[in-house]
Amino acid sequence: MAFKLDAKIPAGALADKWSNHKAAIKVVSPANKRKLDIIVIGTGLGGGAAAASLGELGYNVKVFCIQDSPRRAHSIAAQGGINAAKNYQNDNDSVYRLFYDTIKGGDYRAREANVYRLAEVSNLIIDQCVAQGVPFAREYGGLLANRSFGGAQVSRTFYARGQTGQQLLLGAYAALNKEIAAGTVKSYPRHEMLDVVVENGEAKGIIARNLVTGEIERHGAHAVVIASGGYGNVFFLSTNAMGSNGSAAFQCYRKGAGFANPCFTQIHPTCIPVHGTQQSKLTLMSESLRNDGRIWVPKKIEDVKALRAGKIKPSDIKEEDRDYYLERRYPAFGNLVPRDVASRAAKERCDAGFGVNETGLAVFLDFKTAIERLGEDIIKQRYGNLFDMYEEITDVSPYKEPMQIFPAVHYTMGGIWVDYNLMTTIPGLYAIGEANFSDHGANRLGASALMQGLADGYFVLPYTIGDYLSKKIQAPKVDVNTPAFDEAEKAVKDKIAKLMSINGKQSVDDIHKKLGHIMWENVGMARTEQSLKTAITEIQALRKEFWKDVKVVGDPMSFNVELEKALRLADYLELGELMARDALNRAESCGGHFRSEHQTEEGEALRHDEEFAYAAVWEYKGMDQEPELTKEMLDYEFTHRAQRNYKD
Amino acid sequence: MNFTLKIWRQKDAKSKGAFETYKVTDISADTSFLEMLDILNNNLVHEGKDPVAFDHDCREGICGMCSLHINGLAHGPGQAATTCQIYMRKFKDGDTITIEPWRSAAFPVIKDLVVNRGAYDQILQAGGYVSVRTNSVPDANAIPIPKADADESMDAAACIGCGACAATCKNGSAMLFVAARVSSLAKLPQGRVEGARRAKAMVAKMDELGFGNCTNTGACQAECPKGISIAHIARLNREFLAAKLQD
Repeated sequence: MAFKLDAKIPAGALADKWSNHKAAIKVVSPANKRKLDIIVIGTGLGGGAAAASLGELGYNVKVFCIQDSPRRAHSIAAQGGINAAKNYQNDNDSVYRLFYDTIKGGDYRAREANVYRLAEVSNLIIDQCVAQGVPFAREYGGLLANRSFGGAQVSRTFYARGQTGQQLLLGAYAALNKEIAAGTVKSYPRHEMLDVVVENGEAKGIIARNLVTGEIERHGAHAVVIASGGYGNVFFLSTNAMGSNGSAAFQCYRKGAGFANPCFTQIHPTCIPVHGTQQSKLTLMSESLRNDGRIWVPKKIEDVKALRAGKIKPSDIKEEDRDYYLERRYPAFGNLVPRDVASRAAKERCDAGFGVNETGLAVFLDFKTAIERLGEDIIKQRYGNLFDMYEEITDVSPYKEPMQIFPAVHYTMGGIWVDYNLMTTIPGLYAIGEANFSDHGANRLGASALMQGLADGYFVLPYTIGDYLSKKIQAPKVDVNTPAFDEAEKAVKDKIAKLMSINGKQSVDDIHKKLGHIMWENVGMARTEQSLKTAITEIQALRKEFWKDVKVVGDPMSFNVELEKALRLADYLELGELMARDALNRAESCGGHFRSEHQTEEGEALRHDEEFAYAAVWEYKGMDQEPELTKEMLDYEFTHRAQRNYKD
Repeated sequence: MNFTLKIWRQKDAKSKGAFETYKVTDISADTSFLEMLDILNNNLVHEGKDPVAFDHDCREGICGMCSLHINGLAHGPGQAATTCQIYMRKFKDGDTITIEPWRSAAFPVIKDLVVNRGAYDQILQAGGYVSVRTNSVPDANAIPIPKADADESMDAAACIGCGACAATCKNGSAMLFVAARVSSLAKLPQGRVEGARRAKAMVAKMDELGFGNCTNTGACQAECPKGISIAHIARLNREFLAAKLQD
């Protein structure tokens, strides 16, 4: 049975939609809010902001995170900044321009109404964060400073050194602490959601595992909000935190929520290259570095060979022998083209044999020109902590020699399908932040993830959830002793027992690395029909191998990291296949999804709007069954869809 | 490179722990300290043994999840770095490395090298916030803030809440952690409004949770992976004293 998707986009002019919608939806009175329970999964910018704001409104909130404190959610690692249409720089920025840049950056695969709302509330976010005591960078006059990010020709990015995500998250975490102290929010750290409970077609709660004791717990609520982030770790190596995972979102999919555009993965162009087989994760170097850093490879293959042999240093190569390939190919945006474009350009040069390290998979990000122009002190002020981080990892000082960088998996634009209210196809189940699919289309612009997480958490969900909950004011507390809860708990316990009993020969990491390899080679930066078919077959085989040969040691009724990882990998082994299927279905290139068969003569992504101007929403049919596709057609009422052009 | 590891193993909070010795071989100098532990753990899993539990997440020095006393030093032998930012090139081939959890009465061991730092959350819940509601705020540029103040606030706000300060302090004091939050908000007009109440409430909670007092030894500052200065403790003391005098 295919989904009957209704995005519930309000009528009216683009700029009036959100106002009209807010006026039309129902609210819940303070006396009734006290009777209603909400569960929030995840404490990053989306979940933290939502839980705090819902608590302030007077709902009873339970918030869950897998880390030992809500403050450690992976939003904390975001470096560069957060976009807003304040136009404080007087460079002709506006809500419309931010909307347009985001739609264009996403290669026309996002919903106009959602993106416009995002741009509209962006300004409120900055006000909110300043009031919370977020120490944004300031100018000498005491007002807020800005910088530029990829895909924009204005300076609209607010930042707190290279730690913007940290500071915004500490703001949301502080708001959450205020509500925990007030008693409206109860925090459950070191807890992992293992299933969502659906009763009579509505979300009624979750099954969670206490990660310290191993106990399986039931929690009921009138609504459940998934804010569990993205699933980039399906690739094993990514810039995500080690614990970041797709399992909470995947349980929703398994229980009937549509999963949209799973193949839309962002490969970030500026990460520290892979150094060997013992590596556990990849480290991002902030996009903000592209404000002053210039990306290049040598023009001459002899120089490449000499570099690899260690005979010359990058700084020995003369200016005229350097190929600043982004500036050459994209004069208007230069080094600040969007991430997908920059990543593919790096791949193109490395595929042509110009990669600058021994693996041939690296390009230079050079600050020489900027240091000459501004002096080392200014560069240190702007990027000091990033330079230090780079030196710690690589033993090379970026003040003296250029950084080596290469693209790495960073963010997933795909996620749980939601309507304009951020509700999934399961009533009462919501998804916000990176966990949903809604705002970034096929490619997310830099500094927009923080914006979306906080927009959803502070300014959208607290309003839209009231519309659903207004129908639940007569509903009693959710009873967790029902057949639906019994069944969900039993399924979780059976799955754990099964994993513990296999006692095979391969560790969870052994198999995860194999999956990562299949994904990167076949569902990575460039995909073909053949590579995707290969991926599907290989993942299916690997999944069988996992369920026969994985070795999970230890006691499930205790702190057991191997079991946690095994449960997540079990989901990745299905999610990876879903990503490949989605990529195979989408026989076009758009944003971060590049099908080699579909490119322009100049090697740019070639969309096929007449066939693929839709969000692909998948419905789960069972572990070894093909999922069913439903299309949400994307109507572009207000913008003209054009081939993206960052050249002039 | 090859190493001998002496690692603290403890089944759970109630059991008694002890050091156990392990060997790891063929470790690249570019491998991070935690990747070296991953390799050890993968070997242990293959041998059917329980891997060493340790906290970690972002592995880029910002989430504050990783901990560890390495050869007696919080976050190991690096300056201004967390454990996840330590690379094996910092050690010599053949070294014996001792690895322990945070040792602080306020951070009880959960398992092996994993401790419970919930006390830090509780201190912040006592007052480490500005009491503003979502959406009930003025324009972001309504109140200019001198750049130097914003910068100093940011210096303090860089705290990642890892617990190294309290774990290092001979008195088990959380003063640097409390000071970082109090000082960061004290330097901003938005934070000043509740400054007095915040300083008193957070210090009271710290005392209640069993953290010790500060005797200005400065070990916290030396071991802080974010280089938070004890000058912030001076500001906390000033804030606290001023608040008490108002009572």
